[in-house]
Amino acid sequence: MTKVPPKQEGDPDTTGHSWDGIEEFDNPMPRWWLWTFYITIIWGVAYTIAYPAWPLVSSATTGMLGYATRGEVAAEIAAAEAANGPINARLAASELTEVAADADLNGYAVSAGAAVYRTWCTQCHGSGAGGAVGYPNLLDNDWLWGGDIENIYLTVAHGIRNEEDDDARYSEMPAFGDILEEEEIAQVAGYVMQLSGGTPPDAEAAAAGAELYADNCSSCHGEAGLGNRDLGAPNLADAIWLYGGDYDTLVETVTWSRYGVMPPWTQRLSEAEIRAVSLYVHQLGGGE
Amino acid sequence: MSILTKHKFIETNATLLLVLSFLVVSVGGLVQIVPLFYLENTIEKVEGMRPYSPLELTGRDIYIREGCYVCHSQMIRPMRDEVERYGHYSLAAESMYDHPFQWGSKRTGPDLARVGGRYSDDWHLVHLRNPQSVVPESIMPKYAFLEEKLIEPEHIEDLLATHAFVGVPYTDEMIEAAAADFRAQADPDSDYDDMLERYPGAQVRNFDGQPGISEADAMIAYLQMLGTLVDFSTFTPDASR
Repeated sequence: MTKVPPKQEGDPDTTGHSWDGIEEFDNPMPRWWLWTFYITIIWGVAYTIAYPAWPLVSSATTGMLGYATRGEVAAEIAAAEAANGPINARLAASELTEVAADADLNGYAVSAGAAVYRTWCTQCHGSGAGGAVGYPNLLDNDWLWGGDIENIYLTVAHGIRNEEDDDARYSEMPAFGDILEEEEIAQVAGYVMQLSGGTPPDAEAAAAGAELYADNCSSCHGEAGLGNRDLGAPNLADAIWLYGGDYDTLVETVTWSRYGVMPPWTQRLSEAEIRAVSLYVHQLGGGE
Repeated sequence: MSILTKHKFIETNATLLLVLSFLVVSVGGLVQIVPLFYLENTIEKVEGMRPYSPLELTGRDIYIREGCYVCHSQMIRPMRDEVERYGHYSLAAESMYDHPFQWGSKRTGPDLARVGGRYSDDWHLVHLRNPQSVVPESIMPKYAFLEEKLIEPEHIEDLLATHAFVGVPYTDEMIEAAAADFRAQADPDSDYDDMLERYPGAQVRNFDGQPGISEADAMIAYLQMLGTLVDFSTFTPDASR
């Protein structure tokens, strides 16, 4: 047994608790600590009055400040829309061909369009707009459906080969696997390869493909293979390929056809946003 | 102050101390959690929600199996930047049939709560096969094996029954037709009208464009329906919530 140490003169009272003979002086709390403690209690009560907090029978108190997360985001969006409202309205009302001449409006449209592009377009066309296999490069001047601002706008607004928009650009290349013999497909693929200066594996077969090309392909892709933008038929005479210009890929394309799609953006973006992103794409380098 | 003098008794009985501590702590939990189940302004009725179709539910299981939630969240927060990037902020009711929910807490990849309809099936297929082929800067791993693994609706009735057990309103009819609905949704040539009646708004396609039903079919069916059920052109959430 340890002895309880004698209490010395001037010592404060003890709390009266004793743990295995250890006792505790009943010193007062430091004053700064005590006041901080009281203030946090007052703050806590005030907070629950100012902000939504107390659950009642069927709903919770809404708070004196009327704060709501949803209300806040709605207000932020409304403020941003109000700030951009006038210039967006001007952009939506302007002739697309005349925007480039208006430095102010064009500057706004191109930066706004860049933001829209980064959000909605990069996943397919690439963050640098260089495209990917099956998704066209937007930097070059090789356009499937037209590269002037009005055509770019139509493509963005209505998309390509989608079911959501009746005005979507539409064309469909037949899958020649059902129409031509394998040998004929090989010939025409070789011929198409030659059009852009490629070297087909069998030059003789490729020469034989000329007639097949004239009969089956020229109505859309043109006699010389220069393509037709009204039909979205690609130019076959340049060395720019959407799916690949090597012999095997060409055989695959002719056999199975391709069916690249693009969604219509009228359902997701505002008129001003569609115009802005069209102008952004137009000024990337290939705009006509 | 007689009750305060009893503390010695509590402090010297460990079990009693434990029980009483637990009771004190549970008050905090009860006050914070219980009201969420009855307060009218936390339970928002939303039109358009329906349980997942069997194919979508299978895709969701694959999503969980592959740990997609580790990098992708499915909750758009109510902030302007998120709303502008991903679409309308998520509502609690939109994950009412999720067991477990896929809100996630980390975004290495983008949020997927409204990815449905944003890309084509073909994009999803190519992207799952090799994400870098369409997004060169992506660090997502390749999931090419999904399209090679053909699946059968072997345990689909059990899966639906289990979800029904935890509260998803699958009817007996839905559970009985689960295998047929599973096949119908991936086959546009099938007779899928009954399936569409049970699961309004379900998309019927050969999602991976290849014969047979693969894991990629189920996965793309799931991805393409995410966030598409509630029509925000007709539904306006109460801003005061």
